[in-house]
Amino acid sequence: MDLKTTYLGFELSNPIVSGSCPLGASLDTIKHLEDAGAAAVVLPSLFEEEIMGAVQAQMEMESAGAGFAEASSYIPNPDGYHVGPDKYLDHIRAAKEAVSIPIIASLNGTTPGGWTGYAKKMEDAGADALELNTYFIATDAEETGADVEKRTLDIVTAVKETVSIPVAVKLSPFFSSLANLAKQLREKGADGLVIFNRFYQPDVDIEELDILPNLRLSTADELRLRLRWLAIISAQSELSLAATGGAHNAVDVIKATMAGAHSVQMVSALLIHGPEHITRTLEAIDFWLTEHEYESLRQMQGSMNMAKVPDPAKLTRANYMKMLDSWQQ
Amino acid sequence: MTERRTVMIDGNEATASVAHRINDVCAIYPITPSSNMGEFADEWSAQGKTNIWGVIPDVIEMQSEGGAAAAVHGSLQGGALTTTFTASQGLLLMIPSMYKIAGELTSAVFHVSARTVATHALSIFGDHSDINAVRQTGWALMASGSVQEAHDMACIAQMATLASRIPCLHFFDGFRTSHEVSKIEYLEDDDLRHLMNDDLIQAHRDRAMSPDRPIIRGTSQNPDTFFQAREAINPFYEACAGHVVDAMKTFAKRTGREYKLFDYVGDPEAERVVVIMGSGAEAVHEMVAWLNAKGEKVGLLKVRLYRPFSASDFIGALPKTTKKIAVMDRTKEPGAVGEPLYLDVITALYEARAAGTSTFESEPIVVGGRYGLSSKEFNDTMVKSIFDNLAADQPRNHFTIGIVDDVSHTSLPMDDDFTIAGDDVFRGLFYGLGADGTVGANKNSIKIIGEETDNFAQGYFVYDSKKAGAVTVSHLRFGPDPIRSSYLIRKAKFVACHQWVFIEKLDMLGFAEEGGTFLVNSPFGPDEIWDHFPREVQQDILDKKLKVYCIDATEVARETGMGRRTNTIMQTCFFAISGILPRDEAIEKIKNAIKKTYGAKGDEIAQLNFNAVDGTLANLHEVKVGDTVSATVGRPPTVSEAAPDLVKRVTAVMMEGKGDLLPVSAFPPDGTWPTATTQWEKRNIAIDIPVWDEELCIQCNKCVLVCPHAAIRAKVYEPSALEGAPETFKSVDYKAKDFAGSKYSLQVAPEDCTGCQICARVCPAKDKSNPKHKALDMTLQMPLREQERENYAFFLDLPEVDRTKVKIDVKGSQFFQPLFEYSGACEGCGETPYVKLLTQLFGDRLLVGNATGCSSIYGGNLPTTPYARDENGRGPAWNNSLFEDAAEFSLGFRLAVDQTTASARRLLKELASEIGDDLVDEILLADQLSEEGITDQRERVETLRKKLEAIDTPEAKTLTDIADYLVRKTVWAVGGDGWAYDIGYGGLDHTLGIGRDVNLLVLDTGVYSNTGGQASKATPLGATAKFAMGGKETPSKDLGMMSMAYGHVYVASVAFGAKDSQTVRAFLEAESYPGPSIIIAYSHCIAHGYNLADGLDHQKAAVDCGAWPLYRFDPRRTAMGENPLKLDSRAPKISFDEYALSETRFRMLMKTNPERSKRLLEEAQRVVRAKYDMYQQLANLHYGSDADADTN
Repeated sequence: MDLKTTYLGFELSNPIVSGSCPLGASLDTIKHLEDAGAAAVVLPSLFEEEIMGAVQAQMEMESAGAGFAEASSYIPNPDGYHVGPDKYLDHIRAAKEAVSIPIIASLNGTTPGGWTGYAKKMEDAGADALELNTYFIATDAEETGADVEKRTLDIVTAVKETVSIPVAVKLSPFFSSLANLAKQLREKGADGLVIFNRFYQPDVDIEELDILPNLRLSTADELRLRLRWLAIISAQSELSLAATGGAHNAVDVIKATMAGAHSVQMVSALLIHGPEHITRTLEAIDFWLTEHEYESLRQMQGSMNMAKVPDPAKLTRANYMKMLDSWQQ
Repeated sequence: MTERRTVMIDGNEATASVAHRINDVCAIYPITPSSNMGEFADEWSAQGKTNIWGVIPDVIEMQSEGGAAAAVHGSLQGGALTTTFTASQGLLLMIPSMYKIAGELTSAVFHVSARTVATHALSIFGDHSDINAVRQTGWALMASGSVQEAHDMACIAQMATLASRIPCLHFFDGFRTSHEVSKIEYLEDDDLRHLMNDDLIQAHRDRAMSPDRPIIRGTSQNPDTFFQAREAINPFYEACAGHVVDAMKTFAKRTGREYKLFDYVGDPEAERVVVIMGSGAEAVHEMVAWLNAKGEKVGLLKVRLYRPFSASDFIGALPKTTKKIAVMDRTKEPGAVGEPLYLDVITALYEARAAGTSTFESEPIVVGGRYGLSSKEFNDTMVKSIFDNLAADQPRNHFTIGIVDDVSHTSLPMDDDFTIAGDDVFRGLFYGLGADGTVGANKNSIKIIGEETDNFAQGYFVYDSKKAGAVTVSHLRFGPDPIRSSYLIRKAKFVACHQWVFIEKLDMLGFAEEGGTFLVNSPFGPDEIWDHFPREVQQDILDKKLKVYCIDATEVARETGMGRRTNTIMQTCFFAISGILPRDEAIEKIKNAIKKTYGAKGDEIAQLNFNAVDGTLANLHEVKVGDTVSATVGRPPTVSEAAPDLVKRVTAVMMEGKGDLLPVSAFPPDGTWPTATTQWEKRNIAIDIPVWDEELCIQCNKCVLVCPHAAIRAKVYEPSALEGAPETFKSVDYKAKDFAGSKYSLQVAPEDCTGCQICARVCPAKDKSNPKHKALDMTLQMPLREQERENYAFFLDLPEVDRTKVKIDVKGSQFFQPLFEYSGACEGCGETPYVKLLTQLFGDRLLVGNATGCSSIYGGNLPTTPYARDENGRGPAWNNSLFEDAAEFSLGFRLAVDQTTASARRLLKELASEIGDDLVDEILLADQLSEEGITDQRERVETLRKKLEAIDTPEAKTLTDIADYLVRKTVWAVGGDGWAYDIGYGGLDHTLGIGRDVNLLVLDTGVYSNTGGQASKATPLGATAKFAMGGKETPSKDLGMMSMAYGHVYVASVAFGAKDSQTVRAFLEAESYPGPSIIIAYSHCIAHGYNLADGLDHQKAAVDCGAWPLYRFDPRRTAMGENPLKLDSRAPKISFDEYALSETRFRMLMKTNPERSKRLLEEAQRVVRAKYDMYQQLANLHYGSDADADTN
């Protein structure tokens, strides 16, 4: 069966991509993922805080203790010492050498700034594409929805100015008008969307009276939200689309593809079952497509998007009304 | 012809850049102000930079300068071209080897940034006392007076020594030349290749020791031969000057720069001539030109080759018309007929006259003068004064210049208003903080001007005597001609105040010249700033018709992510206002400089700085100056009215930065000062201070223990003491049973706190309704200053706790008054909490012998010192002798104390019948191991004194005088790991071995912190440090284990951030142990590379990973048949990586050399694990009766 798909301009052998997670941190695992059939690997995110934190720390350190006559500095200044996550860049290089599937670097931040320069370094290190994660929780009562959208647009603009590789933007679902944002992002040069980001779910430590950062693995339920927005956006946008969050098995991949995804990222299922899960899923997809007499995966791509479904309203409010009705009956 | 670059570098770099390229081996050891030369050499070799023969010089750090000199001696004997860099006491430690090197006619050069030798006080600054202390060793001494000269002479010295075989000490003035940034023409590799004579180098190598052509040196000779053999060397000294002249000529031919043994400058028919060497010659040179332009006939003789002193060349260099000579010595030799250069000149002239070879029209009058000790200013007005003195019929001899000597009346008068500073030179003064990066930006500015324009340029930087909140003043000059002003700026065209707080503290505009410009970083905008200037500032602005500009650089820095660093912003303002370069060009150059400085470290740092530059101009405003002085408030007095007379008269003047104005009579003649003076210096450097929530507080006193500056304190007291408390003074019922019914207060010293946050970090008490809020929250100081100042004053007046009633643990110990307070140590220092604890526990009977280093600097650097007194007037007696001798020095205290105590006890017994047997027995048999025991003994001694009043015998009088010695004294040597592990180890080991009751406190930061973080033998495996740029290859020395091997030494390894209770216990045990004790105290440090607010976490991690096991080895337990070793920390629970990679010193290597870093970290993990296992096994051994029981 022809499972090929095109995502961010790359022809992928199949739609399953290993999403941004710790699996991408190990070279051995990346090779393992390729062997298991992953069509591409998204590396773990490099965070703005990681980049700028190191920068600020270095600046603080350079002036700490300065001003005393006996020492103009307290830390040596060896050749080749620089701050910043160069290990990440080395990892991109190593990953590129180790496998032949596309390696997508991931950059995570919320404000335009010096850190976006890392996009260029990622490109130079050999990344095939970039996933830009504008993870942001709007907590300031003074900041409007438009302001929040502008942040993302500014970051995309800044990054697209520096790189020529494709850039996909990983969004959260918490925007007032996602379709419009997608349109604007396209105008700013974004090549794709990854929907959706999953936020950390902090927990409370009742003994230490502190917050525990926490991220639980996704559940299949979470896919629904993605399906709806894939269906809406794919119907009106040329952007490459990736589904992420809740795709655990072959049926999930098929649903996402039908809703308009050009690739489907798996994370939780791979963390639980290991890279081999991709092989099994691909076999199942192949089986299902054959059973249902599809000629290729592309044949069903976007078949259930808002432009093509028999009753588009079911993707929006009607669905809600009907659901309520079902409860009332 | 070789194309030569023009560079802006300082004297140390200029010297090291030559030395590194023409030597095979450098043996180094850090000492201010020469450390940078060793650092450069080490850095270049680590970078793989080769000498001119394509070999990377082997740069090796030794354990002391004595060790470095010995290694140099050996390396020279091995045939390598070898050098070292040093100064001051370091040079003195090299003397024995220097005699040997010279006696064996060995070609070698030492490069010395000349520095004061410690006498009544230590000084890190420059003069020629160290140089003059080695003039008898047989070395040639060659002086440089400027950065260019230091660069050139480094080469000429090497050329000359290879030819003459007389080793050569090349020196230049510490700080004034070593740290001055100046524009010089660089000697390229081709130049050096051309100038180094390969045949002579081969001859040096041929003289080396080799078993292939065996010889013997270092024989011992006897009365029959030594003398003659010593005289056999004379022809080499006869020939030496000629070789130096040849070298100078060859050098001139190559470079165009001509030097002579004695360089004469001035009128060829001069009548008055000054003879001088070093940087002072530049100031005289400038004045000679100025005076001669005004029609006078004066001259200057610059001494280049001081030893061997060529009398004939000297006389030949002076004009025949010379009538009067002033010989200036930058040293003092008390008791001598005159200072050494003066004596040389007198002798040379006398001998010429006696031999009939004198060429003068009339025999000149010669006078000698002292100047510039410890980098004392030597400026135009002083030089003018010297020439004026020579103009007198009877010029003053043996004079001093630059001070007011109202005791011996040696000083020449000076006209403070006189200056020859002309309009052709731009002069700018910039006041900043160490932390805001002002110095770095100004170094960049002067480099831009020097390298990007045709101007000659000079940058000199004045630093602070305190580490926390250090103030810097940058002096920048540039102009079309070479700049010879080797002194500070007194008339500035541009004055910049980089921190608003200086406005009320420093008299900056006193240095502004009329029509000049004043730039201020101000939180107030151009329309309101005028009203916020104090009266004195307004007056100066109006009187001097200054143009004023302001910018809120702090805000621009915050907005652009620069944190506290306002440097590039203020730098941009300077270029924009001064118009040195067109604005756009200036900004481009600034950005280029930023890229050069930070580019290699990461584009993001450069980008942040770019953003700051771009955000500057829109925020820079010219201020509309008021018409009249409208301010009602003036600058506050420097010290409170309550301060003692000496503090007001002397200390306060130093604090104002006007110490130069103090006359000789203001000073004690023997270096003795009263203690407890930091209390009068209210530095107000904290942005935030802790605010106490008394209801939330659990009264653990941990905050008090960890405070590096004794700026947060706890007291427990009777409720009645609260009478008259200020309204906002906080007090709460004391919670524990020991002082039931009492009140408890925790109080911050708002003006002494540095804002380091450590107290708030350690505070365990969180608000259950609002956990962000703890019993201590950091809060803005400014709005609280007045209120808390009043509260703190009230707090200090509350009665001190009754020491006999306190259970001495972490909490109890912190009710004791700290007798070490408000030191100048870094914000968040990891050493000072130990020193403070020492004074809390034993301060009223404590003698401290302090090794030179951070602890001697924050412990004893004027103007104010932190060791304090209790309400009875008792407190630590403190002295810093040397770097290397603290253990022996302290042992000396012990010997004296024990002798005096023995005398007292003997007299007590002799007078027993008159005093009363009961009292005598009580005193002699008193148990003084507890606070109660000490208090009781003090009372007995008081009773004794009263009884002695009635006994009229000489013995009774003597006993009265020494009766205090019947109360037990405690003697501590304090110092860092540089002292304990390296330079002082021999003495430390001997002191431990000898068995007397001396306690050693090693404040172990794992580096030479004070000189900027050079590696010591305490530096951990895998850490990067200066002198260990490639990461330390070997594990740190296990000083604890080595000390335990004696068996009779009390040894403890402590880390208060990991287990404060164990720390307190170790101090008590060490002090009570009647033999030698050593406490090795983990001290977090700025040189580890993290925010010191996190210092306690790092201490904890060091212990948790096993790198710093906590233990106490008490020989008293052996005597009881128990294992003396108690391991107080658990088996490692985190990996070494987890600890190490949170610190820049380890992380750095991961960036520069990941493979090596990985290997060293793995090795470190193995070593750490093995060390803990070994300690565990030792701690589990059976001893004494237990062991017997097992084997039976």
